[in-house]
Amino acid sequence: MHASTVRSLLVRGMLAGLIAGLFAFAVAYVVGEPPVNGSIAVEEAQAAQEAPAAHAAHSGHGGDAAAEPAEEEGISRSAQSTFGLATGVLVYGVALGGIAALAFSFALGRVGRFSPRATAALTAAAAFTTVYLVPFLKYPATPPAVGNPDTIGKRTTLFFLMILLSVLLGVAAVIAGRRLAPRLGNWNATLAAGGGFIVVTAIAFAVLPDNTDAVAAGFPAALLWEFRVASLAVQAVMWAVFGIVFGALAQKALAARTAATDTKVQLGAPAAG
Amino acid sequence: MAEAVVSAAASTPSLAVPAPLPVRAVLPWAFFVGLLALIALYFVGAEQGATSVFAGTDVHEWVHDGRHLLGFPCH
Repeated sequence: MHASTVRSLLVRGMLAGLIAGLFAFAVAYVVGEPPVNGSIAVEEAQAAQEAPAAHAAHSGHGGDAAAEPAEEEGISRSAQSTFGLATGVLVYGVALGGIAALAFSFALGRVGRFSPRATAALTAAAAFTTVYLVPFLKYPATPPAVGNPDTIGKRTTLFFLMILLSVLLGVAAVIAGRRLAPRLGNWNATLAAGGGFIVVTAIAFAVLPDNTDAVAAGFPAALLWEFRVASLAVQAVMWAVFGIVFGALAQKALAARTAATDTKVQLGAPAAG
Repeated sequence: MAEAVVSAAASTPSLAVPAPLPVRAVLPWAFFVGLLALIALYFVGAEQGATSVFAGTDVHEWVHDGRHLLGFPCH
């Protein structure tokens, strides 16, 4: 019975992730595409000013087509900004929806006296914070035209390392909070665990290397801000919708199963473990 | 009458604060689906950027805008 419970939660998590991805895609298209296009325009203007020889150093996207014939054969901007964007956001939503549903399955009944719906909301908030927000504060999202392709390996490694570290610190904080709860009480234990998470994260921020590629002085600050707020909005909407939808689905699924088990018990049938 | 009240009181908290699912029921799913999900995230977040499984730049180009807006280093 438990394995099928986990399976049904997993299916609901991926479904909620898909729905969250659709909302996030809408935000990404409406709010995110203008600064992406603006950044590509800045990049093209820079490329036009530089000597053609310097263009070999650039790489990475269709907007830079004139400088890189090899990439012009690839994918058009209109495809990138619609189907391409939808693919990326929806796959991200479904994949993380599945992982979040499994994290929820571990957390359910173990993090305190929370209903399935409240546990789902807490899981979504924790995922948003550790998978996106904390890594974003150290290595913020950058628009096209920012970043040297030669350092992409190092920057990608650091970014994924930051996500891993942040998730592990989050899990450690939850475990520590549960251990402290009998001594300090729930409120103070939560404050202590949250404070510990912030302090250790701040130390990690100080110790880990800075982003190697500073944003060029010529890049418009307002455009950079617009892009980063859009990125934040995409992820905030993704996780808010996921938490709400998955919470409703999980609550319903677990209520149905609890009712079924209760009925069996009342009828004298053994409740399958 | 009294039995119905007791029964309702007993069954409500079982959902309000659900019993934990056994770890051994969650682990196989976590392992298998976690692996598939991480592979999917790799293709959205890093393929043909830092490392490449497939040659060329088509995967990178296709998810380009999503990669930027989801916060991954793109190029």
